[in-house]
Amino acid sequence: MMSTYYAGLLADVGILLLGALSVYVTLATGQLSLGNAGFMGIGAYLTSYLTVTAGIPLTPALATAAVASGVIGVFVGFPALRLKGIYLAMATLGFGEMVRSFLLNLDAMGGSGGFHGMHHISNDYIWSWAVAILLLVMILERSQVWLEMRAVCHDETAAELVGLDTTTIKVGAFGFAAAIAAIAGGLFAHHHVYIEPGNFNFERSIDFVLAVILGGSTVGPGALVGALLLVMLPEYLRFLAEWRFAAFGTLLIAMLLVRRQGILDRSLFRVFAFRRPA
Amino acid sequence: MSGCARHEPLLALSGVTRTFGGVRALSDVALEVLSGQVVGIIGPNGAGKTTTFNIITGAYSAGKGTVLLQGNNITAWASHQIVRAGISRTFQNIRLFADMTVWEHLLLAQPHDGFPLRRLLPARWANPAALRRAREVIEFFELGDVTDRIARSLPYGMQRRVELARAVTARPKLLLLDEPVAGMNHHEADDIRQMILRLRGDGMSILLIDHDMPFVMGLCDQLYVLDFGVMIAKGRPDQIRTNPAVLDAYLGRVA
Repeated sequence: MMSTYYAGLLADVGILLLGALSVYVTLATGQLSLGNAGFMGIGAYLTSYLTVTAGIPLTPALATAAVASGVIGVFVGFPALRLKGIYLAMATLGFGEMVRSFLLNLDAMGGSGGFHGMHHISNDYIWSWAVAILLLVMILERSQVWLEMRAVCHDETAAELVGLDTTTIKVGAFGFAAAIAAIAGGLFAHHHVYIEPGNFNFERSIDFVLAVILGGSTVGPGALVGALLLVMLPEYLRFLAEWRFAAFGTLLIAMLLVRRQGILDRSLFRVFAFRRPA
Repeated sequence: MSGCARHEPLLALSGVTRTFGGVRALSDVALEVLSGQVVGIIGPNGAGKTTTFNIITGAYSAGKGTVLLQGNNITAWASHQIVRAGISRTFQNIRLFADMTVWEHLLLAQPHDGFPLRRLLPARWANPAALRRAREVIEFFELGDVTDRIARSLPYGMQRRVELARAVTARPKLLLLDEPVAGMNHHEADDIRQMILRLRGDGMSILLIDHDMPFVMGLCDQLYVLDFGVMIAKGRPDQIRTNPAVLDAYLGRVA
């Protein structure tokens, strides 16, 4: 029997995995988003509203929130098309903060006081979603659309000139990522049974990005490795007491110096996966 | 497609003018490619040859003038729409995607008509037609040995070949080749030329930019000569060879 403490950590890993996957999907098109906690917040509040106030079962509520957040993601994606690199990162960061302050002022959902009344969910439920989305991303990774996303990431002009609709690809990736982040949010809300706007701040967005960079930003399962490390490593470093986050930071920098592509990359992953028959 | 006018050119540019910050890169350029023809554009560096390609493919907008593909006005279309309508190109500087294998390049460059869901599922079992086409092209361009290699890691000549293959994969009606043998050694250049000849033999319509006169003269049905953004001559290779304006501007008085 797992202790409640470790069960809690495991739930955190599952939720972080989803958040990391949302960053991974947009990163695959070369867009770095620092605002995915915003979409997570939208998902958390919308799902909670649907289950607590509207009395809808959790699964359809999550699906609804994912679709709604996906649509918002598409709308956010359009202005983001004009921005690249650091400017896009700043704009998405702004979006995340915008969502947070909107939620702070949303008195109907408790404002700064937060919102509660959700029923607690099991780790199995969280991980069912996490594994399902991870598998979905891994299936997508073998598709032509994913090749198109990588092409857009590497050379947008050339991608357009080999016939790829780069606008749809980038905006679509944004929408899909927003939907995944919303699911992470809904699960977060029903795991902690209490949410407040501060849960979906900038640091949460950074955690998502860190998990992807740490775990490996070229393969989907990298997000899983990253989420595991990001949650578990500080735990294993507990013997260092107050120094554990400093040690964690040092490890992170060391890892980036030694292995910039993250722990899991395509060639390492290929060792475990089937090869395409020639 | 547009069967009503049988002698309608495949591609027709008329009055195409483009300025860059006050400098006229192209002035009133007219050009035609008939179906099945191989047409060459020659001219000194900076004459506007690549600019012409960029306008045809929608990478630049034409300031004035029209580009017609089989009678359809594609002047204001987005690049990807033009590719899907049937114009593929290669680049003067190779533009292959980093980290992608040759196979992935060819799978990527397929036309996107048909059931969109296919594109979201693993190509291996959802899109047999795309796989078949990629294999066909690999065979044609003799890329079988390097199918799974990262394209950018191949020798320069092979990279050019992959780029050419990528452009052909989409089954274009018209292929634009921007200096397809630039920077190659003799052996590599011969290889590419053999492939262009084979494509021509298969009836592919081609518009190309090249500097090698004997090659261009031997390959093309029709030549256009650009000089400082102005089309100074057009005609069959034998006519161009003896055209005094061309001799003056470009070939020098050696012919």
